[in-house]
Amino acid sequence: MATVDHAAHPPVANQSSRVDARTLGMFLFIASEIMLFGSFFTIYFFVRVSAGTPWPTPPYHLPVFVAGMNTIILVTSSFTMHWALQAIKRGNRSGLKAGLSLTFLLGLTFLLTQILEYSRIGFTPHTNAFGSVFFGLTGLHGAHVFVGLTLLAFATIRAFRGHYSEEEHLGVEIPGIYWHFVDVMWIVVYTTVYIL
Amino acid sequence: MTNPLRSEGEAFRFLLGTLVYFAAIAIAGVINEWAGLVVFIVLTVGVVWWWWRSRTPAPPAPAAAVRQSPEGERRILVVANETVGGEPLLEQIRQLAADGHTRVLVVSPALNTPLRHLASDEDPARAQARERLDRSLAELERNGVQASGEVGDGDPLQAIEDALRTFGADEIVISTHPEGRSNWLERGVVSSARERFAVPIHHVVVDLGDRSS
Repeated sequence: MATVDHAAHPPVANQSSRVDARTLGMFLFIASEIMLFGSFFTIYFFVRVSAGTPWPTPPYHLPVFVAGMNTIILVTSSFTMHWALQAIKRGNRSGLKAGLSLTFLLGLTFLLTQILEYSRIGFTPHTNAFGSVFFGLTGLHGAHVFVGLTLLAFATIRAFRGHYSEEEHLGVEIPGIYWHFVDVMWIVVYTTVYIL
Repeated sequence: MTNPLRSEGEAFRFLLGTLVYFAAIAIAGVINEWAGLVVFIVLTVGVVWWWWRSRTPAPPAPAAAVRQSPEGERRILVVANETVGGEPLLEQIRQLAADGHTRVLVVSPALNTPLRHLASDEDPARAQARERLDRSLAELERNGVQASGEVGDGDPLQAIEDALRTFGADEIVISTHPEGRSNWLERGVVSSARERFAVPIHHVVVDLGDRSS
């Protein structure tokens, strides 16, 4: 007589066919971030290209040089982040602590400079469409930097408390991935909003 | 292409690439708008071309370890989904099972959409595969064939490999739609199975549109 093996109990999960949970989480994260930043860039291109809004709208101007310095600071922080992870992979705890501390300080410098820039820029999100888009894009990125700094703060504190080793350093790796992603987004934002 | 956010090292290299890409566009754009556009197009085409070239096909998986059948027993693994109740397939199974002591295992892959697969939402696909399987087993029973069945992985090759590990077939029957309508044939499932598994493989074409079959 024909039988069906799975009738008495739920089928065994086919792990071989399922996407790894961490990979799936990262894919979903990337997808959500692409959609989020994509929506803001869509508004940017609409305002600047379709609506023909002068960029920046006179009489305002963007602090390209200060933002450029900020870009260098943020890119440098990615190098120190990479250094921190490479250090712990080689068992160098001093390098880990120095790298994470420097990364945190550079990120904090970036964020404080951005806030200072906001206070002196001369327009607000309410001024016009240009102001709304500028603050929307840079503010969205600033929020990501804040989240990254929070992750870095946890990682740095844990490093000084003796956590992480050559084998166990996922708590540094994940903030590192996020930090590089934040840097990539800033390069895109800086190039499109400030330079081009 | 490697997921640039899978590891910190990959993310760091992706950052460096992004930096070079946008720096070149920005410098060219500041010098001349049209130069910026040209650099943008050239670099983008270059990146797409590099990405296309760097896509390497996955290495062929090793043949699954096949469990030996007990002495005197013949085991047949049948892999089919929409065509699982087709007459040509049933006829093939009847012929193979006519030789006395034969065990037949029918595996119905739980075909799923890519989005649902990515989200691990397999329940509807498994339920549909189970319905088809139950109908097929009932049909086989009516034809006097002893068969058991299970719902397999959505990837038919993976489903075969899974079944071989527990069932250890002497022969495999893969049933598909005709050429041009078969997604499995388009993906080369039958030829891949022949390369991957050291077991005789029979390919049965079932044309569900053909009322005579």
